[in-house]
Formats: sequence, C-alpha cells, structure tokens
Amino acid sequence: MSLNDFLLGSLLYLAAAVISAPIAKRLGLGSVLGFLAAGAIIGPSVLGLVGNEGEAVKHFAEFGVIVMLFLVGLELEPSKLWQLRQKIFGLGLLQVAGTALVVGAASLVISSGWRESLAIGLILALSSTAIVLQTMEEKGTLKTPVGQSVFSVLLFQDISVIPMLALLPLLAVASAHGGDDHSASLIAGYPVWAQALFTIGAVGLVLVAGRYLMRPLFRIVADTGTREIFVAFALLIVVGITLLMGLVGLSAALGTFLAGVVLADSEYRHELEMDLQPFKGLLLAIFFIAVGAGIDFSLIASGPMLLGLSLTAFILLKLATHFGLARLFGLNGPDTSRFSFALAQGSEFGFVLITFCAGLGLLTGDMPGLLTAVIALSMAAAPLLMMLDEKVLQPRFADGDFLRDHDAVSHSGADVIIAGHGRFGMTIGRVLNAQGKRTVVLDLDSSQVDTLRRFGFKVFYGDALRLDLLEAAGAKEATVMVIAIDDREKATELVKIARHNFPHLKLLVRVFDRSHAYDLIREGVDNVYREVFGSSMDLAKDALMALGVHPYEAQRTITRFRALDEKLLRTSAAHANDESKLIDLAKQSRAEIARVFAADKGGGQTPPDVAWHDDDKSTP
Amino acid sequence: MAKPTIVNRMRVLILAAHPRTVQSIAQRAMSRALEGIAGVTLRDLYALYPDFNIHAETEQEILLAHDLIVLQHPFYWYSAPAIIKEWLDIVLEAGWAYGAGGTMLAGKYLMTAISTGGRADFYHAKGRNRFTIEDLLAPFNQTAHLCGMAYLAPFVVYAARKQSAGDLATAAESYRQLIEGFARGKIDPTEHLAAGYHLPDGFKRRHAL
Repeated sequence: MSLNDFLLGSLLYLAAAVISAPIAKRLGLGSVLGFLAAGAIIGPSVLGLVGNEGEAVKHFAEFGVIVMLFLVGLELEPSKLWQLRQKIFGLGLLQVAGTALVVGAASLVISSGWRESLAIGLILALSSTAIVLQTMEEKGTLKTPVGQSVFSVLLFQDISVIPMLALLPLLAVASAHGGDDHSASLIAGYPVWAQALFTIGAVGLVLVAGRYLMRPLFRIVADTGTREIFVAFALLIVVGITLLMGLVGLSAALGTFLAGVVLADSEYRHELEMDLQPFKGLLLAIFFIAVGAGIDFSLIASGPMLLGLSLTAFILLKLATHFGLARLFGLNGPDTSRFSFALAQGSEFGFVLITFCAGLGLLTGDMPGLLTAVIALSMAAAPLLMMLDEKVLQPRFADGDFLRDHDAVSHSGADVIIAGHGRFGMTIGRVLNAQGKRTVVLDLDSSQVDTLRRFGFKVFYGDALRLDLLEAAGAKEATVMVIAIDDREKATELVKIARHNFPHLKLLVRVFDRSHAYDLIREGVDNVYREVFGSSMDLAKDALMALGVHPYEAQRTITRFRALDEKLLRTSAAHANDESKLIDLAKQSRAEIARVFAADKGGGQTPPDVAWHDDDKSTP
Repeated sequence: MAKPTIVNRMRVLILAAHPRTVQSIAQRAMSRALEGIAGVTLRDLYALYPDFNIHAETEQEILLAHDLIVLQHPFYWYSAPAIIKEWLDIVLEAGWAYGAGGTMLAGKYLMTAISTGGRADFYHAKGRNRFTIEDLLAPFNQTAHLCGMAYLAPFVVYAARKQSAGDLATAAESYRQLIEGFARGKIDPTEHLAAGYHLPDGFKRRHAL
C-alpha cells in the first residue's frame, strides 16, 4: 500500500468518524451506532469507498479493544476484582454454557447436526466487549452493580475463548475434515504440560513485572518530564503484552487487562488513563466503522427471510437466557432488563471463531456467511436494543415495579430526598429519621448502598441526576432536597435539574469550598453549606476553651464569627470573578470582625452589670 | 457565741450564672469565697451549657442530692440572667417539681444570692427602683412555694461595682459564713426564712438522698 493509499484510507475512516459521531450524538443514539452506520455507508455494499482492506483495518483496530481492557483493568484494583470472582466464574460460566446450549439447541433446526450446533452455540454465546463496554462507559453505568455483572460476564467470555479454541478441534475430530491448525502460537509444537507451563509463566511474568518492574521504570520515564516518552512507554507495555500473549496463545485482551489491574493502585494510573484514552477511542471508532463496512448487504438481499428469522431468534433466545440467569443471581427487575439487553449481541471474536470452525469443517455450506451476518447485524442492533431498554422498559420499572420491589410505603410522599449518602448525607439522614421524617436516599456507590441497607437504612442505588429516578423517588411530592453528592460538578448539575423540573423543592446543598459556594449562590441557591466549615468552627471553639476562654464566651465567639463569615460569603458571591474586589471585601470583613469582637471585650456595648452604675442616670 | 449544733447539716447546691465571668467582680468573689467548704457543690451554668441545651435529668438528679438550692447571679433587669430562667423552665417539670405528683423538691430550701448595680436605698417604694428587692424577687419566692420549698431571705451585695476591695471581701466573707453555717448545720434555715414567708402546707424537712 503506497503512502497515498494509506493517507486516503485514513482520510475516509477519520472523516466518517468525525461526521458520524456528532450526528449520532445529536440524535441521542450514542457514538457506537453512529460509527457502525458510517461504516456501512462507506463500505463495499453502499458507496464502496473502502473495500477489501476492511478486514485488515479491523484487525488493526481490534488493538483498540485491547487498549480498552487495559484501561478497564486500571480502574479495577485487585481487591475489587477479587470481589467480583463469584460473578465472573459463576454468572460468567453459566452465561456462556447456558447460552451455548440454548442457542445451539435451537440451531439444530438449520444445522447439519449436533456438532455444528454446539459450535454455533459457543460462537454466539460471546458478546461484544467493544460495543458493550464503550456504550456503558459513555452512559456511566459501568461501575453500577449491573455494570459490574455485565463486565464480569464479558471478562469470563474473554477467558473462555482459550479453552474454546482448544475444545473445538476435538469436536471436529470425528467430522469429515481434519481441521487446519489455526493456532498461531509458537509453543504449539510442545507437549501439553510444557504449553501449560509457558502459559502460566507468561501470565506470571505480566503480574510480577507489573508489580515490581513497571513502577521503577515508570519513575525513570516520568522523570524525563517528556510526555511523549511516557505515552510511548504506555503503548510499549500494551503492545508488548499483546505480543507475549500471542506467543503463548492467550487472549491479549486478558493479558493487558491483568496488567491494568496490577497497575491500578500505582501512582501513574491517572496519567496512563489520560494518555491512552485517545488511542482507545480512535482505534475503537475505526474498529466499529470496519465492522459496519463488513456487513454484507448482498447476503441480506439474497436470503432475507432466513437471515431475519435467525437474527430475531438469536436475539430473543439470548435475551431469554440472560433474563433467567439474572433472576437466578438475584438482580432486581430493572437490572435484569439492563443486563439482558446489554449482552444480547454477537462478539467481534465470533468472526475469528467462525473462520476457525470453518477451517475445521465444523461449519458447512452457507453457515459461516449466515453466522457472520447474524453477528454483524446483532452488533449493529445492540445500541438500539440498549436504547429500547433504557427509553421504553426502564421508565416502566420506575413507575411501578421498581418502587414496589423495595419499600413502597417509605417512598410515597417522602418529605426529603437526600442525594448522596456518604459521610455527609448520612448524618443528615439520621437526624431527619430521628425526627420521623420520611427520607428517600439516592446514592451511586453500590458498596455504600449495600452496607447502609444492612444497617437498616432505606437507601437506593441510583444516579440522582436522572430525571426519571428523581420522579420515581417522589421529587414532585417532597418538600426538601438535600444535595450531598461527592462531586462538585454533579452537585451543581443536580441543582440546575432540580430548579428547572421541581421548582417547589427547597434545596439544601453541601458545597466543597468557597468557590463552589459562589457558583451555587449565583445559581440561586440560598442554603449552601461548606462541608468542613461547621467542624472547623467546632474545633475553633474547643481551642478557645483550651486556652481558658469561658465556654459561653467561646460559644458566642464562634456563633458571631460564623454569621459574619456567612455574610461575607454571600456578598462575595456576586464578585466571584473579580479578585481585587474579593480581596477588598475580605479586608472589610476582617475589619468588621475585629470591630465586633473588640466591642464585645469592653469598649462599646457592654453587659448590664457594667453599665448599671448607680450614678449613671441614663440607665434604669 | 458558738451555739451547739441544733440542726442537721445541709448539702448546698450553688447554681452560679454569669455570662461573662471575666467581667464580674462580686460574683467571682462570692464563688471564690465558697471554695473548699465540705458539702457545697458549685455549678457554673453558663460554662456547663454554653449553648443553653440544659439537660433536665442530670440537673434533677443533682437537685435530689441537695437540701439547699442557691441561685447565685447578678441582678440583671430586676431578675436573673437568661440561663437561670431557662434552667427553671427546663428542669422544674410538671409532675416532678410541681403539679400532680410533683413533690420531688418539697421539703428543700431555696435562696437567691445576688449582686446589684444600684445602692440599697434605690430598692425602696420611694427609691429610684420603686420596689424593694423582696418585691422584685417575688417570682422566685412563689416558685419555691409552688414546689413546696422553704424560701430563705436573699443574700444581696448592693452596688457591687462601687464597693472597695475591702468591702467586697467583707461581703464575700459573710456570704461564706452563711453558706458554711447552713452546710455544717450551725445555722437553722427555718430562722432564715424570707420576711413574711409562710411555709407551704405540711412542710417537712426532707433530707437529701
């Protein structure tokens, strides 16, 4: 490929990405669907702008999936991963086995026998890590409990590809053709025990190097102060692991994921995330475009009935299996729906398995083409299905089942909605509950929610910024909303949402510091509470007392100081961007405080016993 | 003329209230004078409850453990500083101190020990303040009566800010002698009733727990 061809190809892919993503976002479709559609349009079946190199591009862009899993790993500390073990090996195993059996059994209708059906089942059991993770990350649902369940299943699927590659040739032994050996790994020639040893050694190498070697190396690289070298080193790690895993025939995504987990508690985590994020985004965009371009519309045209039925049956069977599993694992109504819809598509790795199985002679006739089309179309349908769940099904849960699932009584006509139930919001909730006020608590930290529930608090997992959730929580009937979210931008955003949609709500907002307080005061919120102001006043009072100041004097001092400072805060809010004015106001306030306390000490207004001299005719 | 002990010792509770101890002269002298007397408990209400959040149960328990309750404070606005009023409102509960079944304080003694800005002659029908101290202290007198207590004659330091250091020391010393006399059983409280005070029906000295 000449340089000009390469540049022309890049131009097409990048242009498709740049044009499609904003349109898709504007339409509320999410970028993944935009990329897929753009790919379909520039692909051979429609405009034909890109052609056969699509496969090669796709393989190149699959590297984006690997980078993505590295980044996912970075977000997941080892202890957190350990907490997920039950979901990964329980829910994950059952998902793969269950879906393989159900889909495989159904495929007996069109397959040549149970061997082919089992292969079909295994191929279709996988879901698209790239689409699901990208979509959930965009919506911010990846860290929710259901997001963790979905992720666990995807992780197990990634692991399960390795035994599948080992198992499928065995399945093919009795069939007509002896399969080609598709394993590209260098160690294929060795006996099984040696292969196992190499594999364990490679994983061990990643873990040990990640733990002990990477940090000093990162320190050296970071010390150069050159950002490019840091980026290059980060890419070097990911590429290196990808190649190493390829050598021993392991999933590169799995390897980089593990490396990410090992580095999750390193001090370079955030820098790595920031540096690799653009690569991941760009590569995934190209990957999705390539998948879109790969959809063979001529095949759809030649057998629309069979393809349509297969696709529908596949999606429905997968949904049904997932529903059953989610219920079995105790997910609630809305989460069951989210989980099922999120995973109801084929996997990019399915394409690889199809080629592999076709080579083994496990798939015969038109089957590879049909499966390829089913997977590609189901991937294209995936964002739409997730949207169907979010826009149509979830609101219904919110209206009815969701509330009944928990505690309907405590909700209807709640007096107070508390958004954010961390150490700040929790205290508020306890006080209000002590007074018998009905509270609805929304929090986004799932472990926090679970813990508080065990302690008997009525806490609900959910993003308070979601309008449907606020309505379900009773924002229309409530009197007060306490905003104690641990994120200043989100708190400000929630203030805007609440003021716009529920103007009757009295907003009491925890703020982080002065500048955050300024933002919200100018947003029209009267009741702002600096999170550590109260406790610093308490400490100041105790410090005064420790210095021998009488407790009542100390109490009065902090009460007055507090009032004066609150006054300064409110006058300053109007001039938050004018530093010289702020300095002026602070000086004025200091002078006022000094005057007030000087007066208190004896000069001006004095307590009755000082003024009541017997010769002072002006006093009683 | 040391009379022999004729009455029982009393356990004395001083409820002292001055919002600015630093600026007080008479009150500080009075409190200091009581230091070291066995059977006398002094509680600084403004120090104990700077936020006015008076704990009724604690206060009631302490009341039960004493025979004589002394409200010691400057005579602000012909009455007591705010925390004394708050203390009365919170601690003297219906059914405990008064009303049906409210007999926990019956048989005990109440006294006020105050310092004033004005001279003694101001507190007179013809004086600048138009009423006697006894007249002005009527609410405390009646409070004691309603609770079945004996109300003792007030101890007053007049014109506290005009007194010389020596006069103030003398006043503090006589305060000490009075309180110590009650505490050690040297002074008979029934001989110290406020002028014209009639003991509540069936008044009978009840000893502290």
